[in-house]
Amino acid sequence: MTRFDRFIDTFFKPEVMQQYWPDIVSGLFVTCQIAILVIVSGISLGLALAILRSYGFKVINLPIVIFVDLLRALPPLVLILILYFGLPNLGINLSGFLVLWMVLTLVLAAFAEEIFWAGILSVPEGQWQAARSTGLGRFQTLIYVVIPQAVRMTVAPLTNRTIAITKNTALGMVIGVPELLNQATTAQSFAANATPLMMATIAYLILFIPVVYAGRRLEKAYAWRRH
Amino acid sequence: MSQRLPILTIDNLHLRYGDVDALRGITLEAGTGEMTFLIGPSGSGKSSLLRCCNRLETPTSGKIYVDGEDITQRYINLNRVRRGIGMVFQSFNLYPHMSAKGNVMLALRKVLGKSRAEAEAIALKQLERVGLSDRAGHYPNQLSGGQQQRVAIARSLALEPKIMLFDEPTSALDPELVGEVLKVMRQLKDDGMTMVVVSHEMRFAKAASDHVVFMAEGQIVEAGPPAQIFDEPVAERTRTFLQEAYH
Repeated sequence: MTRFDRFIDTFFKPEVMQQYWPDIVSGLFVTCQIAILVIVSGISLGLALAILRSYGFKVINLPIVIFVDLLRALPPLVLILILYFGLPNLGINLSGFLVLWMVLTLVLAAFAEEIFWAGILSVPEGQWQAARSTGLGRFQTLIYVVIPQAVRMTVAPLTNRTIAITKNTALGMVIGVPELLNQATTAQSFAANATPLMMATIAYLILFIPVVYAGRRLEKAYAWRRH
Repeated sequence: MSQRLPILTIDNLHLRYGDVDALRGITLEAGTGEMTFLIGPSGSGKSSLLRCCNRLETPTSGKIYVDGEDITQRYINLNRVRRGIGMVFQSFNLYPHMSAKGNVMLALRKVLGKSRAEAEAIALKQLERVGLSDRAGHYPNQLSGGQQQRVAIARSLALEPKIMLFDEPTSALDPELVGEVLKVMRQLKDDGMTMVVVSHEMRFAKAASDHVVFMAEGQIVEAGPPAQIFDEPVAERTRTFLQEAYH
């Protein structure tokens, strides 16, 4: 066996590929589902918190800042384990899917809130004054004047953060969520071969390269109209 | 010429930020259709006074009546009050993500609740009034400073305010662009708009205003018709200021 053959046999074994591709595809589907749910709910929650924070109520802002700092400081895996293995002792049984979705949503929301908040702060005071002087209310000013400008500035950091956190769907593996990596490692131990891991790698690329690309496109589309 | 019905009355207005007394007892009246010019050294409180007039600042004490209504009341619908008082800023503050037309339309749609078609018709009419009908679809960064400021004026005018406040409207402009903005202001005056202007355009003040107010350190030092203030100032401070301003 040449080195090349051994390499192919380890990572790209055709029989293993043939046998396990349905598992990999079903894992990809689950990962995709969680990823989309996390992106939508995490970014919406983050934006909602940033808007709430911009009202400047101390009683509300303190909990928001604490929430955001805690979730940014903790490794998501810790939260996943606490919710999945700790809560049942209190009689609360959440499925692995639900725990994974909740934790990643909260973590993405925490980062997104900070990013949106920085975006809101970066919109010049004059924009607020101009809008308010025409009789627009605070919320209207946020929605029509400030947020659209803030969002343009947040596209790049938000895309990066979204990708980083969505990749954490792989943590579902430790609590039995049948996502991509879980399917791949299961297949790997049954087949005693690393090919399923390589298949998962390729599947991750198929899933995330378009997201990275979409982020780039968004960044360009949201740049100021020039000339 | 202008009727002296006061549409704006400021009564013993005080404004304090922390330890700083920005305004120390300002009393002032502006009649319908009059142009009142506020002049004075920087830090004299002119802009603060203007900003109190549409409650971008809340005065510490004193009253401001606009068309008979006390707008310093604690529980007052500020959005309704501000609708009736246009404000033009030194830095234009156009919304960069909207076209000139979009800038004018926003408050028409969201504050006055007009339909898109109606708002668009009004926006085009107001842009024409400031000489920019051919720039309706342009974005702020495609317009010169003078054009941007005229769009900002159209944006305020569209709400048919009773008073227009101008906060150094030409200070951020290149000298060759100042004229086009002053021309629009002159034309507004001829249309009977009541205006309160903070500006360093002394020649324009002399030519177009009805009333000049010289302020220093949060107080009115001297007020009167432009001929009096510019040609025969009584107070020493006014004289010194004007000498410096013309140099």
